[in-house]
Amino acid sequence: MNEREKHKYHWRYSLRLVMALLILWFSVSFGAGILLKDFLDQFSIGTAPLGFWMAQQGSIIGFVILLIIYSVMMNRLDKKLGFDQDDEI
Amino acid sequence: MSQAMWNFIFIGITFTAYISIALMSRASSTKDYYTAGGSVSPFANGMATAADWMSAATFISMAGVVASSGYGSSRFLMGWTGGFVLLTTLMVPYLRKFGKATVPDFIGDRYYSQTARLVAVVCAIFICMTYIMGQMRGVGIVFARLFDIEIATGVLLGSAIVFFYAGIGGMKGITYTQVAQYCVMVFAYTIPVIYISMMVTGDALPQLGLVGHYVKDGAEAMPLLEKMNLIADELGVTHYTQGTLSSIDMFCITAALMFGTAGLPHVIVRFFTVKSVKAVRISACWTLSFIAIIYLTAPALGLFARLNIVQEIDKQAYHSAPEWFSNWEDQGMVAWVDKNNDGLMALGKGEVFSGKPVYREAEVRGEYGQRLVQNTPSTGPNEVYYDRDIIVLANPEVAGLPPWIIALVMAGCVAAALSTAAGLLLVLSTSISHDLMKKVLKPDLSDKEEVFYARLASFGALLIAAYFGINPPADFVAKTVAFAFGLAASSFFPTIFLGIFTRRTNQLGAISGMIAGIGFTAGYIIYFQFMADHSDYWMGISPEGIGFVGMLLNFAVAISVSAVTARPPQAVQDMVESIRVPNNAGVASH
Repeated sequence: MNEREKHKYHWRYSLRLVMALLILWFSVSFGAGILLKDFLDQFSIGTAPLGFWMAQQGSIIGFVILLIIYSVMMNRLDKKLGFDQDDEI
Repeated sequence: MSQAMWNFIFIGITFTAYISIALMSRASSTKDYYTAGGSVSPFANGMATAADWMSAATFISMAGVVASSGYGSSRFLMGWTGGFVLLTTLMVPYLRKFGKATVPDFIGDRYYSQTARLVAVVCAIFICMTYIMGQMRGVGIVFARLFDIEIATGVLLGSAIVFFYAGIGGMKGITYTQVAQYCVMVFAYTIPVIYISMMVTGDALPQLGLVGHYVKDGAEAMPLLEKMNLIADELGVTHYTQGTLSSIDMFCITAALMFGTAGLPHVIVRFFTVKSVKAVRISACWTLSFIAIIYLTAPALGLFARLNIVQEIDKQAYHSAPEWFSNWEDQGMVAWVDKNNDGLMALGKGEVFSGKPVYREAEVRGEYGQRLVQNTPSTGPNEVYYDRDIIVLANPEVAGLPPWIIALVMAGCVAAALSTAAGLLLVLSTSISHDLMKKVLKPDLSDKEEVFYARLASFGALLIAAYFGINPPADFVAKTVAFAFGLAASSFFPTIFLGIFTRRTNQLGAISGMIAGIGFTAGYIIYFQFMADHSDYWMGISPEGIGFVGMLLNFAVAISVSAVTARPPQAVQDMVESIRVPNNAGVASH
């Protein structure tokens, strides 16, 4: 790949990754915690109703996991394309 | 050892640490002052950002909000953490690659327009000013309690300390102080909760306790949330696991808080202090993890504390109430109005009276020795007022924890307020010295003069913040918080997002989008918060959530205006192209 193709590849890959992560981001918070909350409340995690638990705990845990996936995948992509040198301001 | 001794020891040790750190990392250039020279490690920046983000309000009031509104409080829990997902995946890596010191810098350069820059500067100043007023008040209140001084003196003392290390040390100084402050905050927040979790649920980990059983004082094991819902039934209030807001309002408020978070300038600039795009991503993971430790603990704390309070107070005679009740009554945080004259304190649905309690003189006591209030009681059955801040502040006492823990909680409150105030002050002073003076008014400013103006601006900003901290406009601060997030969501988020993800959005599009978004959001909030005396919201969306609609409006206007006007200059389109990939080498040429 030449520089230009690498750039294009990098941008497309990151758009797809971000899109996938944001769908998950929406599902764990707005989806499970708000829109489907009443439905999910019939299930439980430990002794807590699932929808309630997702809104107060599960979504936050989900956000942390999403960010870890994002940074691992993106940093790996940078390394693969040789974009991982530290840049100065 | 007495409580006062413990307080002095904890505050003394932590302050000595903060000030010596600030002195060791003094800023000497604008680069140091604005972005700590871009040399902070991702881990340290993660801690510093977490401390910057969690204000006195989060630290002191969050658990109280959870305790009083149960499920409804999830909008804050999700809103203030979920925003970091947007911030990390859509904003900061690209802004860091752009490599300038401030957010208005990006907007001004990307939209090749001084007008856009000015709109951004005004928004940044307004957002930070709104925030910092509340912080100075928070510092004042904590100092007043700690040292038994007037709140005004406390505010001035706090301002002097913040100026000392933020004004002098710049970003470099505050970053390392915030690292220390985060450590104080996290212990101060979690240690008392672990004790209480053991007591109420038998689980040491509060998050396990939350999904566990109620076993306090050898009671028969019962699911904790079920227990709380039973109590709610007895008191005739909404179930703890159910909300009172409509789904659409919950949705919009959560969204406004998330997109607002992703557009807050004082959070964004924190990521300019690390050395590369790679480091930005790692740093964001640390930031959210550190924030999550406290945000995952708050729901547990809120629930445990509400159970404790209900059980210790409801249907008790005043004289047999626990000691903390009369202690906090003297502080103006709790009040009892014996509406049915039965001598028992009854909890129930609705407010006891409207607003905060206004006490009569301390010598005038009721039949049972309780303080009397001047407020007109409401007709509802509820007789006990408690300020939601006591959930954190009085919690160690309610749970009977040792005095050193109470001192630690106080030190944590101070750390939370100082770290946020310092971060905001820095953005405020940067906005004035860099974005306004250097970029608009006096382009020939030397580096040294710029730092001087930054220090001067932070002094000026603190004076204003201290003034409003001492004379808070009634209810003003609470109402304007909705403003800060709504404004960030309807101005910064869409403008920055389009600036990175589209090449096509031009000057006219961005400016008209920002004006439409801000105008709509500000108009709606001002109308319902300050003018209308009813709350028939449009589509049931409260002012806290309207920023989300403002944001959609901004997007719509910016995209359609750009579509019918000229493309941005080629140089700008190339710039957009170049910030999309992380390294400097081989910028796309075409």
